[in-house]
Amino acid sequence: MHEIKDPQRERRIFAARTIVSALVVLICFAVLIWRYGVLQLEKHTVYQTLSDKNRMQLQSVPPTRGLILDRNGHLLADNQPNFSLAIVRENVQDMDALLEMLKELVELEDDDIASFRKRLKQRRRPYEGVILRSRLTDEEIARVAVNKHRLKGVDVQAELIRSYPYGPLFAHAVGYVGRINERELARLDPADYDGTHYIGKTGIERRYEDLLHGEAGFQTVEKDARMHILRVLEKTPPRPGQDLRLTLDVRLQQVAEKALDGRRGAVVAIDPRNGEILALVSQPAFDPNWFVTGISTQRYSELRDSLDLPLFNRAARGRYPPGSTIKPIIALAGLDSGVVTPEYRIWDPGWYQLENDERFYRDWKAGGHGWVDFKSSIAESCDVYFYDLAFRLGVDRMSHYLSMFGFGRDMTADVIDASRGILPTREWKRAVRGRPWYPGDSLNMGIGQGFMVATPIQLAVATAVIANQGKWVVPHLLKQAGDTPWMPEEVPPPVDVKNPWTWSHVIGAMAEVMHGRHGTARRAARGAPYRMAGKTGTAQVVGIPQGEKYDADELAERLRDHALFVGFAPLENPQVAVAVVVENGGGGSTTAAPVARKLFDAVVLGAGDEPNDALADRGRP
Amino acid sequence: MSSRDFVHQLGGEHGLSSSRLSTRLHLDWLLLVSLALVCTSGLVVLYSGADGNMKLVWRQAAYMGLGTLSMVLLAQIEPATYRRWALPVYLGGVALLVATLFAGADAKGAQRWLQIPGVGVRLQPSEIMKIAVPMMVGAYLSRRPLPPSPKHLAGALLICLIPALLIFRQPDLGTAILIAASGLFVIFLAGLSWKWIAGFVALVATAAPLFWFYVMHDYQKQRVLTFLDPSKDPLGAGWNIIQSETAIGSGGLWGKGWLLGTQSHLDFLPESHTDFIIAVLAEEFGYVGVLALLAGYLLIIGRGLYMAATAQDTFCRVVAGALTLTFFVYVLVNMGMVSGLLPVVGVPLPLISYGGTSILTLLSAFGVIMSLHTHRRMLGY
Repeated sequence: MHEIKDPQRERRIFAARTIVSALVVLICFAVLIWRYGVLQLEKHTVYQTLSDKNRMQLQSVPPTRGLILDRNGHLLADNQPNFSLAIVRENVQDMDALLEMLKELVELEDDDIASFRKRLKQRRRPYEGVILRSRLTDEEIARVAVNKHRLKGVDVQAELIRSYPYGPLFAHAVGYVGRINERELARLDPADYDGTHYIGKTGIERRYEDLLHGEAGFQTVEKDARMHILRVLEKTPPRPGQDLRLTLDVRLQQVAEKALDGRRGAVVAIDPRNGEILALVSQPAFDPNWFVTGISTQRYSELRDSLDLPLFNRAARGRYPPGSTIKPIIALAGLDSGVVTPEYRIWDPGWYQLENDERFYRDWKAGGHGWVDFKSSIAESCDVYFYDLAFRLGVDRMSHYLSMFGFGRDMTADVIDASRGILPTREWKRAVRGRPWYPGDSLNMGIGQGFMVATPIQLAVATAVIANQGKWVVPHLLKQAGDTPWMPEEVPPPVDVKNPWTWSHVIGAMAEVMHGRHGTARRAARGAPYRMAGKTGTAQVVGIPQGEKYDADELAERLRDHALFVGFAPLENPQVAVAVVVENGGGGSTTAAPVARKLFDAVVLGAGDEPNDALADRGRP
Repeated sequence: MSSRDFVHQLGGEHGLSSSRLSTRLHLDWLLLVSLALVCTSGLVVLYSGADGNMKLVWRQAAYMGLGTLSMVLLAQIEPATYRRWALPVYLGGVALLVATLFAGADAKGAQRWLQIPGVGVRLQPSEIMKIAVPMMVGAYLSRRPLPPSPKHLAGALLICLIPALLIFRQPDLGTAILIAASGLFVIFLAGLSWKWIAGFVALVATAAPLFWFYVMHDYQKQRVLTFLDPSKDPLGAGWNIIQSETAIGSGGLWGKGWLLGTQSHLDFLPESHTDFIIAVLAEEFGYVGVLALLAGYLLIIGRGLYMAATAQDTFCRVVAGALTLTFFVYVLVNMGMVSGLLPVVGVPLPLISYGGTSILTLLSAFGVIMSLHTHRRMLGY
């Protein structure tokens, strides 16, 4: 140290600096006093309002989803109370630690946690709970309640969730609801779906989502320090969703399912008088209840990857070559356009040949049917007769008549995702296949093979139009929404024929299928106290699903022909029209026709067990 | 008028009115009473801010007891001892800070704690530095002629900045500022010329943009941006400020009453028992409550400054003064940030916010102040 310390001077400096500091302290305190004064006195009212806004919450009150009933009032979709574990993210400091803690209290699978984390990222209001697990057991609820103090941000929420008492029976027709996903969230009206966690994903649940959902209500609530609602200040009650009464009949649905006897296939039954779909069965199915609160990844991939395609709605989306089931319509086209007469006959040697074409078009009966006229051509399903007819009709006229019966179009009012099938035309072939239409294509089309594919619903609808002698009805599933009966928006024009007797010839030939000495389905009609009309069909299996592994036996089974049958009963005043497809069932007469017979009996004779379930008629008054 | 007379006028002669016991225990009754008042009201507010969690309140009270014990013990130590130990304690603290950077325990993305292996004790080295830094700067400067020469100024600045930068790297901007400030206060009180101060302010003004672009973390920038306009991000970073201002403003003159603050109890207010606890007090006890607390703080700060001014030598004066002013900065920064005057940096409200280490350090600092004030040589300097 070169300089010498001067204590007096240091003391003086310090005293001065202390005074400066004290002044600064005082000024700063004055600023704080001023600032808090501004907030607490001057702007008090503004902040009071803001604080009230925080305290009073506008909540939406979700509506109760409408029930779904069958035509006789049996519950197909019900709402059941459910307790789920919700987490308010904003109140959780350490999510991982909390989840670890919850794992000890309730059963939590990795799947639950994974989908919870996904939902956590979705857009939502602050302080809105995110569901971690549904369907808590009473014991789990108790365990959570006991540990409540350790579980900040965890909430047990009561809600109503969908339940399908008949399980797989209506999986495809009624469909199911599931949690709203990000994509749906983007297109939904947030005001209406605030507080609703489920939305119709397939079937009726999706088709009539707007009716079933109802309208959300709102309430302004005041909450106390523990977030409990103290009082409701203002309330607009929700408008509950409408109960839907369907045209489906549990009894018929069960009869059809039982008749299919576990085989892959589809059954559609329609009331030809009004278009009501009485049964819509696609086998195999799945339990829609699995999907409501979220299906596990493993179970879902089992369903998705199953060779039997249980998730696939065969009745509405299965595209099958219609085979001989379209012969009555081709025959009608022949009569109506004057290409054949009821008396016109051909000689069937077992094969047919076009001019300048070496190929043999064979009949299914190796030796041929001999002399075949209009009636026996349908009753015995003679292919050669229809090769000749198809050749002379040509593709344009065949397409025209088939189109009038609904092929190539989706005529249903409310069957979701119903396929249009393919109704080939010259233009279609050129556009899709890039080739002109050959006469041979017409021959194949005449017996329902080749390019044409149709769904079981389309086959049933066309059969209903035949039963009605050309009068159209719109096939639909909804009978009544709330108190409002379903009405068709527009009924397609009837199939007009030049001579009314054309119908009796066609229907008469179809009756011969069931009751004639050589009728292909005579065994299925045996012993019936009423008369019926029908047509069998057999569709060749063209390919098998790609990229799958089969063992030899299974391969052979899956390459067998599909069995088809269409028909209606009773003959004189038809009450039901049916289409049956049994995949790899072999011949239509042996496996498909007996299924239809059981449905005919159930409708005409009232056969079949009444649905015995405790759930029936539990709908709201 | 001698400086001694000035001091007489400011606060009255030491020992004249206080009891004999306090003299013997080297305590200052006025400071002790005002600290006790603030601490007690702190526990009351904490009970509400912690949503009635008695466990937190008991822990806080236990730390207050521990802090008082530490205060009493530290008050017994001679200032000369502090002066001798300033360097080793400072160096040890710096070493611990370095260790924390490399082996610290994570808490919310920042490494502030040092786990002592085998003992299960967690240490926050930055807390030690809150006392060690002003002590070291004081010890360094008080040996030199004052006001400090540029060379000694540089040395003193280095002493402040090394720990401040280490803490900033943790990252803990609030504590870094407080520690740098505590050292700078010593330099200021030691008589740094106004020219230097003006130059320093100018330097900070030019360095700020560089600091912004090259040094600050994104979340720290975010805090500053949010401070400038909280309404820009009302649900994100601006949420805290909007909610705390709402809590304070809705309290009004008389407040909503104890435990009745809706903002804090409905979880709208973040960190309601730690950094934002003043909002709970303002909401539940109103402007009146805020003024009362400010009066309590003013009493502590005023008494601290007086005790510094009447201490026996330069070392005692500058260290006691700097510790008092640091306490003042705590109050200013915390109450300023919660009310939207200053950007949000993690500074607790002294003696009120929940946090054992902070309480312990603050009360210890007052123990040091008492020691520096009450120990005096009987003869001159």
